[in-house]
Amino acid sequence: MSEARVAPSLRRRLVVRLLGLAAVLAIILFIAVRFSAETASEATLDAVLGVATASIADDLRSGEDGAQVTLPAETFSMLAAMGEERIFYRILIGGTTMTGYDDLPLPRDTPTAVAPVFYSRSYREADLRLAAVSRNLIIDSRPATALVIVGQTREGQRVIAQQLANRAAMLGLFVFLLAIPASLVAATSLLRPLDRLAEAMARRGPRDLRPVRHPVPEELAPLIGALNSFIARLKSTLAQTETFIAEAAHHIRTPLATLRSEVELALRLAKDEPMRQRLRRLLRTVDEGSRSAGQLLDHATVLYRAEQQVFADVDLGAIARGLVDRYRTTADLKDIRLTLDKPAGAVPVTGDAVLLEAALRNLIDNAIKYSAEEAEIHVSLAISEQTAIFRCEDEGRGLDGAVDSKLRGRFQRGRNVEDVVGSGLGLTIVAEAVEAMGGSFSLAARPEGGTCATLTMPLAAKS
Amino acid sequence: MAQGLLSPLRPTIICGQPDTNLSRTLTADNNLRFLLVEDHEDLGRSVQERLRLEGHAVDLAPTLAEAQEFQAAASYDLILLDIMLPDGDGRQFLASQRSAGNQTPVIVMTARAAVSDRVGTLDMGADDYITKPFDYAELEARCRAILRRRGGVADSRHRHADIVFDPLGGTIDVNGEVRELRSRELRLLEVFLGAPGRILSKEHLCDRLFSFSEPVTDNAIEVYVGRLRKKLTGSRLRIDTMRGLGYRLTET
Repeated sequence: MSEARVAPSLRRRLVVRLLGLAAVLAIILFIAVRFSAETASEATLDAVLGVATASIADDLRSGEDGAQVTLPAETFSMLAAMGEERIFYRILIGGTTMTGYDDLPLPRDTPTAVAPVFYSRSYREADLRLAAVSRNLIIDSRPATALVIVGQTREGQRVIAQQLANRAAMLGLFVFLLAIPASLVAATSLLRPLDRLAEAMARRGPRDLRPVRHPVPEELAPLIGALNSFIARLKSTLAQTETFIAEAAHHIRTPLATLRSEVELALRLAKDEPMRQRLRRLLRTVDEGSRSAGQLLDHATVLYRAEQQVFADVDLGAIARGLVDRYRTTADLKDIRLTLDKPAGAVPVTGDAVLLEAALRNLIDNAIKYSAEEAEIHVSLAISEQTAIFRCEDEGRGLDGAVDSKLRGRFQRGRNVEDVVGSGLGLTIVAEAVEAMGGSFSLAARPEGGTCATLTMPLAAKS
Repeated sequence: MAQGLLSPLRPTIICGQPDTNLSRTLTADNNLRFLLVEDHEDLGRSVQERLRLEGHAVDLAPTLAEAQEFQAAASYDLILLDIMLPDGDGRQFLASQRSAGNQTPVIVMTARAAVSDRVGTLDMGADDYITKPFDYAELEARCRAILRRRGGVADSRHRHADIVFDPLGGTIDVNGEVRELRSRELRLLEVFLGAPGRILSKEHLCDRLFSFSEPVTDNAIEVYVGRLRKKLTGSRLRIDTMRGLGYRLTET
């Protein structure tokens, strides 16, 4: 089974998104605070500057010989309230500078009498905020327009604005830092139903095929629905596999049994030698067919049970003893001596009795099949450290140089066994059965001739 | 093995001759009385006929109910029991037989997913199992092995002329000298002792001694006859070669 591709963690993605959002919010907050603070302080200072300019304009007195201006000290000290500021003024009457700095910049629009006009300009290497107010005077019985301009530097305001900006930045940072634990908590609580579901799934054994009844949020309901219907399908497929193997076996083996029996009957009755030869060939073919069918079904059962992994403590000694007792009759038919050597006590291993029986049976069956008449087969079971070692040694035709790993492949047979009926699945069954239970299997040629099949299984842990 | 006197059977046929020997024993004669419980009609008939051909008496019961009836009416040397039957599971029949104290040996004929079945049937009280399709030579060998086990030592020895034949121990005693027989020699002797004085063809002996699926030649039988002759040296039993016909066991 291949692992599913793992996408970046949901939690991490969620936290990163939330923090990104928090950072954007913090920056917006910083800009907003700074902008509104600056706007507010500028408006305040402009109001003061406006009032100061208007009061100078108010104090313009016109007389017979010209205009008179009074610069009230309190007005200027009011302008310097925010810090050490430089203040400039210029008063024009009828377009002519009467007093003050005659190069102080003029406003772009000529102010009306009602409200001062504010503007910013650079002047003598300083940034000035200027206010201009105009007033109509009667000078020499002629109307004249007086323009009063007052400018001030805003160093104090800049310092305060800087302080405000720093505070706004601090505030943004604080909001962002606060968002880190908050988004972690949010991600965890959002993902909690998922975590609980994952936990519940992990707690299930691999054989647990009950539908998932865990309460899940609405968004996960389709996933759980799909999972449950998958589990249900798997369950019914598995159940069908078992029934199918049993049914298939019954429907294949019964007619084959009839066929074989009839051929034997015919052979028993036939006197004609060519006919007997023909019937023997037929019988051999039936045997080949039955053997293949039997081994295929056994293989299916082994695969199914290997997948199920329902293991218990099993006495390997008892299985070996039962098989050797039973196969002694088969061996006797060829005058083969079948001996068993095993420890007196139990040899407990953790596995599936059916798989172990299939593995051992195929090894003993092979040994008998490929042994000559009157040969010896020695089956032994021993315990070495934490391992049970089962050996089946014969004096048969050996492996003829074939490699163990090749022989255990499906439908692979040795080159030297063509005259014996076989399916090429026996060793596959042995290897798959044993490996499913954490054991191992190997074949080796014996120096004195014949083959030694070795099967090892870890001993069951002592309870 | 005693045969019930109240037999529902017609006389069985041995090589074309009526079977009139009601006092036979296992070793004097190879014939057994089988109850075959098999619902598949063709298979049942075929197995019945095949076993009859070897001289055995076979009652065929296609259902568990009929098997019960046969069981009540006669006693059998062996029951061949199928597992999947129309009126129930063969294993239940086996369990009920055993709990009722009936100890007739049972060989289960399994056709199902063999691996899982095999492990269970022996625990249910079956003496052995055989997987369909089966080789008669093996079935016969299994029957014999069970009967030898069940028969015990006491009644397994039989006297023929001047030898004592012990099929359980696999020995013959010729004038106090015990000689061991190998499995095939033993079976060959059983075939000869089952038909003393009759000429048995090489083919017949081959059929009885070897599985049909084994490649055998006629001189294979000569080898075993030769060995058996050697084992019988010194006794009054002799195996004559009837040129072109086969062999005959005679007593001098």
